[in-house]
Amino acid sequence: MRNPQLNGHGELQHLLSLDGLPKSVLTAILDTAEPFTEVAEREVKKLPLLRGKSVFNVFFENSTRTRTTFEIAAKRLSADVINLNVATSSTKKGETLLDTVDNLCAMQADMFVVRHESSGAPYLIADHLHNTARHHIHVVNAGDGRHAHPTQGLLDMFTIRHYKKEFHNLVVAIVGDVLHSRVARSQIAALTTLGVPEVRVIAPKTLLPTDVERMGVRVFHDMQAGLKDVDVVMMLRLQNERMNGALLPSPQEFFKVWGLTAEKLAEARADAIVMHPGPMNRGVEIDSAVADGGQAVILPQVTFGIAVRMAVMSMLAGS
Amino acid sequence: MQLPDAESMLHTLVEQMRPNMSANTALVGIHTGGVWLAERLHAALGLSQPLGCIDVSFYRDDYGSKGLHPQPQRSGIPFDVDGTPIVIVDDVLYTGRTTRAALNELFDYGRPSRVDLAVLVDRGGRELPITARYCAHLMTEPLDCAKNLQLERDDSGQLELRLIDA
Amino acid sequence: MRIRIANGRLIDPANQLDATSDLYIADGLITGVGKAPEGFAADRTIDAAGLVVCPGLVDLAARLREPGFEYRATLESEMEAAMAGGVTSLAIPPDTDPVLDEPGLVEMLCYRAKKLNRAHVYPVGALTIGLKGERLSEMAELVEAGCVAFSQANTPIIDNIVLMRAMQYAATFGFRVWMQPVAPFLARGGVAHDGEVAARLGLAGIPTAAETIGLYTHIELARITGAKLHVTRLSSAEGLKMIKWARKEGVDITCDVSINHLHLSEMDIGYFNPNCHLVPPLRTQRDREALRQGLVDGEINALCSNHTPVDDDAKQCPFAEAEPGATGLELLLPLTLKWAQETRTPLVKALACVTSDSARIIGSQKGGHLSVNARADVCIFDPEAYVTVSRARLRSQGKNTPFLGLELPGEVRYTLVEGQVMFAPT
Repeated sequence: MRNPQLNGHGELQHLLSLDGLPKSVLTAILDTAEPFTEVAEREVKKLPLLRGKSVFNVFFENSTRTRTTFEIAAKRLSADVINLNVATSSTKKGETLLDTVDNLCAMQADMFVVRHESSGAPYLIADHLHNTARHHIHVVNAGDGRHAHPTQGLLDMFTIRHYKKEFHNLVVAIVGDVLHSRVARSQIAALTTLGVPEVRVIAPKTLLPTDVERMGVRVFHDMQAGLKDVDVVMMLRLQNERMNGALLPSPQEFFKVWGLTAEKLAEARADAIVMHPGPMNRGVEIDSAVADGGQAVILPQVTFGIAVRMAVMSMLAGS
Repeated sequence: MQLPDAESMLHTLVEQMRPNMSANTALVGIHTGGVWLAERLHAALGLSQPLGCIDVSFYRDDYGSKGLHPQPQRSGIPFDVDGTPIVIVDDVLYTGRTTRAALNELFDYGRPSRVDLAVLVDRGGRELPITARYCAHLMTEPLDCAKNLQLERDDSGQLELRLIDA
Repeated sequence: MRIRIANGRLIDPANQLDATSDLYIADGLITGVGKAPEGFAADRTIDAAGLVVCPGLVDLAARLREPGFEYRATLESEMEAAMAGGVTSLAIPPDTDPVLDEPGLVEMLCYRAKKLNRAHVYPVGALTIGLKGERLSEMAELVEAGCVAFSQANTPIIDNIVLMRAMQYAATFGFRVWMQPVAPFLARGGVAHDGEVAARLGLAGIPTAAETIGLYTHIELARITGAKLHVTRLSSAEGLKMIKWARKEGVDITCDVSINHLHLSEMDIGYFNPNCHLVPPLRTQRDREALRQGLVDGEINALCSNHTPVDDDAKQCPFAEAEPGATGLELLLPLTLKWAQETRTPLVKALACVTSDSARIIGSQKGGHLSVNARADVCIFDPEAYVTVSRARLRSQGKNTPFLGLELPGEVRYTLVEGQVMFAPT
C-alpha cells in the first residue's frame, strides 16, 4: 500500500497523520522547527520561503484558533493566505468535497490546510490530488474528525523535547477523553514512534476507544495510580456536549475523579510538565491553580506551534 | 592542487581588518565555516560586541528548486543591529548568492550603519555584484564548478580548506 | 433451440455430480445429462472442453437499484452484470425507493425483469411498510405478486413488539423472514467494526455485540413465534457461534455470508478506503477466519454477492460519509473459487454455496441444479483463467469494490438462461 504522505523519494508530500511516519521524519520536522522559533524574536518576523505561494485554509469545521495559528505561520513564511470557511458556504449548497477541491486547484492553490469533521477527509483530498496528477499541491491536516491533528501532536513533541531533551527515558500520561480526541491519537502515535517507553492513558472506560492497548499504551482509570512518577502530563479537552449524558454523568464528577489538581499532580515527578492543547475548561479537566502554575507549559506550546507549522509548511512546499 | 593554508590566511585577514575596526563593530558568521572563522577573528581582534551567526537556509534563492536545507541551524544576533557597523564573515566567496541571502536576513533584524564582507578565499565565479572588502586569498585559476571549496575544523580547532565533490 | 454442451466438466452439487459429461438442453429445460435423449439433434454445440459447466449462480442479495436509484444502476446494466457473472437467479432486497412493500411494485419489478429476459428475479418483500418498523406489510398479497420471503434489508425494527408480531404473522403462512442481525442502538452512528482499526483511524465503531444482541433477539423471537429465520450477512465469529447454538436448540435457522466478509477484514480499510465501508462492517481477521471455516463446515448455508452498486459521487467521500456498499455480481463466482482454493474445498461443495444451497433458501425448485427437466440455467467458466478486477471490465454501473486491481480466478465463458445463450465470448 502506497503511503500517501511520502513522495517517491521518501520526502514528506503531505502531512496527514503522525501514525505511519517514520521516526526519522518526525525528528527532521522537530529539528527543522528549532531555528524557526528564533524568527519570532526578530524585528521583521518574516521569512521569504513561501513568497508567491498560495496557502488555502479550508475549514469545513470552524476553529478560529487553529486557523489563526496556521495563518500566522503561513504569513511569516510570506505566503498569500486565503481563509475559506467552507462550513458555511459551498458544501451547504450540495457541492461535494472533491468539487470544492477542484475549484480551489483552479485558483492556483499550492497548499491546502484542511480541517474537516469527518475522519480521513484529508486522505481523500490527497488521494484525489494524486489521481489527478497535481503533485505540486500539498495537504496539511489541521484536524480530521477523531482521527488526527498532526501539527498539534508535533508541537506537543517539540514542547516535550524542549523541556525534557530526550524521549527514551520518559513516562507520559494522557488524561481525559481519548475516545473522541484526534489530538490524543496523534500524541500516542508520535510518542510511541519517538521511543517513549511508557505512554499511559487515564480515563473512564466510556472515554477510551475499544482495543486502545493495541496502540501501545497502558490503561489507567485511576488518576493517582496513573500519574505516579510521570514526567509529562498531557491533558485533553472535554467537549461540552459530552459532559452530561451516556458517557459521563456530569462535569463536576469528571473533575472530582479525573480533573488535574495540585494534589493529584503531586503524584507525578517534581519536575513534571503539564500540557493542554487548548482551549481549556478550567474546573472541568484542569484546576486553575495547575493551569496557571509553575509546571504548566501551555502557553509555550502555543508559541512553539507557530514554529512547528512553519517548519511543516516549508518542508512540504520545498519537496 | 595545492590549497592555501587556512591558518596563515586567517592571520592575513586579521591584519587586513584590524585598522578598520571601531568600538562597536560586530561580526556575523555564516553557518558553518563562516561561524568558525568569525569565532577566531572575534578573539583575535578583541571585539567587545558579542558574535552573531546566521544560517541562510530560510533565505536561499534555490529553495524553489532544491527545497529546504535538511538541517537548518538557529540564527542568533545577540546585539542591536540598528546603527551598528557589521562585518559578515564567510569562509569562501563564490557566486555571491549566500552573501545576498545573508544581507537579506541581516536586514530583517534592523538597519546596520554599514556592512562589509570578510572571506578567507575568493574563488571567483561571481553571479551577483558582490565583492569582499577583506579577502586573504584571491584564486586566479578558476576551480572546477563541480567541486565545493569549504572550510573544515579538526578537534583541536585548527582550520583547513578542503575541495570536495559537490 | 437445442443445445449440446460437450466435453465439459459437469459439476452439479444438487446431484453430487462432478464428471466430464455432456449436457443436453431443449425448450428451455435440461433434457439429458451424460447421454442424449432419444432423437436429440443439436442446433448448436458448445465445446466446453477444459471448462466447468455448473448451474447458473443463485445470488441471495443483489440490489438492482430499481425503482428509485436509476442514476446508480438500472435493471438493464445490472442484468448485463449478472450475465457476465454467470448469475441467473437474483434475490432482490426490498430497500428500493419506494420500498418493495406493495404488490403493484413487486409485479412491476418482476414484469420489467421478465421483459429483459435475463436473470430470474426473486423479490424479498418488506416486512413492514416503508421498512419503518411500524405497520406490517400485506405479506400474503406480496407473495402472490412474487415475493419469496420478507426482510427489513439493513433497517432494523426498533420496537420488538412490532418485530415479534411481524414474525408471528409471517409464521402464520410459513413465510421465511430474512433478517440482518443488528441491535439498532448499538450500531447507531457507527461506520466500522469497533476494534483496533476504528480506534486508530478515529472512526465511530459498531461493536460485535450489535450483531450478537440483534441475532439473539431474532433467535428468541423465531423460537417463540415458530418463524423460519434466515440470517443475512453474518459478520462475526460470535454470531456464528450463536447460530450453531440456536440449531442445537432446534430453531429453524439458515444464514449467509457475503463475498466481502469472506475475504476481507477491518485491516483492508487501510487509509480510509471508502470501498471498504460496508454493512455490516468488516470485522477482525479472526472473524473472517471463522466465517470461512463456517462456510466450509456448512454451518453457514450460502454465499452471496450483496451486490450494492454505489455511484462515485456517493462513494468519493470521507469514509464515514461514503455510502456503504460494493458491486459484486461479477465477483461472486471468482471469489467463491478463491475461497475454495484457499480452503481446499472441493468445487462441487464450494459451488453448492452459490447454487443449490442458495436456491433452497429462496425456495426455488427450478433453479440451482442441472437435473433432467430443471430450468436450463447454466454457467460455463474457465477455472484456470485469472482476471484482474477493473472499472473498465465491470459491466455493473457500480464500479466500486474493495477488490479493484486484484487478480481473481475464474472467467465466465457462457451464461445460459432457460436454454438461451445470454452471454458468450464476443
